[in-house]
Amino acid sequence: MMSTIQTQDDTLYFGDVAFSSRLLTGTGKFASGDIIAPMLAASGSELITVALRRVDPNAKEKDILQYIPKSVRILPNTSGARTAEEAVRIARIAREAGCGDFIKIEVITDMKYLLPDNAGTLRATEILAKEGFIVLPYMMPDITVTKQLHDAGAAAIMPLGAPIGTNRGLEMKPMIKRIIEISKLPVVVDAGIGRPSQAAEAMEMGADAVLVNTAIATSHDPVAAGKAFALAVQAGRMAYLAQLAEEKEYAEASSPLTGFLRS
Amino acid sequence: MSFMSRILELESFDFDGHFQEVTSADVENSLRKDELREQDLFNLLSKTAQDYLEPMARKAQKLTRQHFGNIISLYAPLYISDYCSNACVYCGFNCGVQFPRTKLTIEEIEREAAAIAATGMRHILILTGEAPAQTPISYLEEAVTVMKKYFSSIALEIFPMDEEEYRVLCKAGADSLTVYQETYDREVYKEMHPRGRKADYEYRLLTPERGARAGFRALNIGALFGLGEPRKEACLAALHAHYLEQEFPDVEISLSLPRMTKAKGIIEPKNILSDIDFVQFMLAWRLFMPRLGITISTRESAEFRDRLVHLGATRFSSGSKTGVGEYSLKNHHDATVQFEVTDDRSVDEVADMIRQSGYQPVFKDWELV
Repeated sequence: MMSTIQTQDDTLYFGDVAFSSRLLTGTGKFASGDIIAPMLAASGSELITVALRRVDPNAKEKDILQYIPKSVRILPNTSGARTAEEAVRIARIAREAGCGDFIKIEVITDMKYLLPDNAGTLRATEILAKEGFIVLPYMMPDITVTKQLHDAGAAAIMPLGAPIGTNRGLEMKPMIKRIIEISKLPVVVDAGIGRPSQAAEAMEMGADAVLVNTAIATSHDPVAAGKAFALAVQAGRMAYLAQLAEEKEYAEASSPLTGFLRS
Repeated sequence: MSFMSRILELESFDFDGHFQEVTSADVENSLRKDELREQDLFNLLSKTAQDYLEPMARKAQKLTRQHFGNIISLYAPLYISDYCSNACVYCGFNCGVQFPRTKLTIEEIEREAAAIAATGMRHILILTGEAPAQTPISYLEEAVTVMKKYFSSIALEIFPMDEEEYRVLCKAGADSLTVYQETYDREVYKEMHPRGRKADYEYRLLTPERGARAGFRALNIGALFGLGEPRKEACLAALHAHYLEQEFPDVEISLSLPRMTKAKGIIEPKNILSDIDFVQFMLAWRLFMPRLGITISTRESAEFRDRLVHLGATRFSSGSKTGVGEYSLKNHHDATVQFEVTDDRSVDEVADMIRQSGYQPVFKDWELV
């Protein structure tokens, strides 16, 4: 019997741009830019984030953008922005530099934990969405802000799993669950995912995608790690679509004794 | 409330006694923790902790990779003036040292900037002696404006200024401020800085705070090792960095470990910082503050710097010339240097070493918009 999930169109959309891979990756923290292309090939990732502050078109050495194959879409991010206004300026520069209309908003005023400033993120999203950007905002998991980002024209919601680079996984799980329940936009769990099993768990929970950078970039074999995360994301997605049985806090017999009364 | 109150509070504290009391069990306990407190910093800076350098190094390497990845940022220093009205007894720019002083014109600064930028470098550190009459704010503002044409990040290591003056330089495009306390020990400080503006310990100590309020996005601080007692200096520098991190969460904080090297007119260091102490301090700092930037200058030898890449360093200077106008205007033998460069490899050579060590050299990691 053919599985129902294989007959469904399970394409992920940000704005009207379609993606078949649900694993987003990053360019930061790699020991060498040369590893980025093989990592992308192994992971199947079709969207990779790049800190615009690291882009140098006049670089003497190969610029970070030149390591990314043409088939993969660039998601410039506003890393380094401390205010909404700076994020907006970075987004505009990215567009002018030929990085396209995608933008990942990062407004961060906390250099110790790199936690996002939701108010600044929302403000930047409002402005950039109106200018036609496909805005993916990195945010602290918050239901009210999720709704506000939706109204502001975001193309996705990117709650953090745990602080950037911590590899702690889904510390924010209960909040992310609520966001998945209410969000009409794709939910991408960003930051903190350190293991493929955590990526799978996020996908099983119903996240639409995950973004993984540190765990892949700082592994001993980023190509193999990219592949492992891709498989985990696929497995998690498949499990979600298969609507696995929920966990129960009480025992429930598989053949209830009173079942005949309802039949 | 400022870090000065903390310094005063700690003046009666018996650092030596506390370091000596640290046991192996204390060190092991601190090493097991995810989040370290001040007592843990003490434990890891003690002599006892030197038996635990390898586990400290492993943990430091892991934390650094986790937070900064496999990258090392590069920058170059540019000395634009060696005029100085201070009499710091350990410094080659000391006003008592007789040598022909130089100050670059704005045109010369541009030539130097172009020469450095041609190496691929996009982060610059501008340095001067302390002589506001020779290098007034208007001159520095103009220098920063010219530099903006060539560099994406401009750091300043100039004489301490008032908040309003710093605002002017931030507005011109400077983003980062380096100021070393030289020594946190007030008695030693007095002895080392007998006259000149720099004799004011408190004004210097509070400089990073004024800088943060003025809008600098990154602060680099530290002690000049060789003046005060090294363990105490390492401890107070870390507490200072920690204070700034708590007080100014939107500012990136870095520490450096400059060690005294030879320069004209310099005194012999009172307290030699050994390589082993150097490494231990770096590791203890990393474990205490996982997001702390750690800057390594070309004062250190090439062989030593090659090892430090793996131990928590995040930023290297490279291709450094420490004499005014040395990049394009003068040859090395003519220049009077503030300190001698020990690692004299070119930018390309340092970048190659970083690559061969399994890290990525990053020339541009900043853009002020």
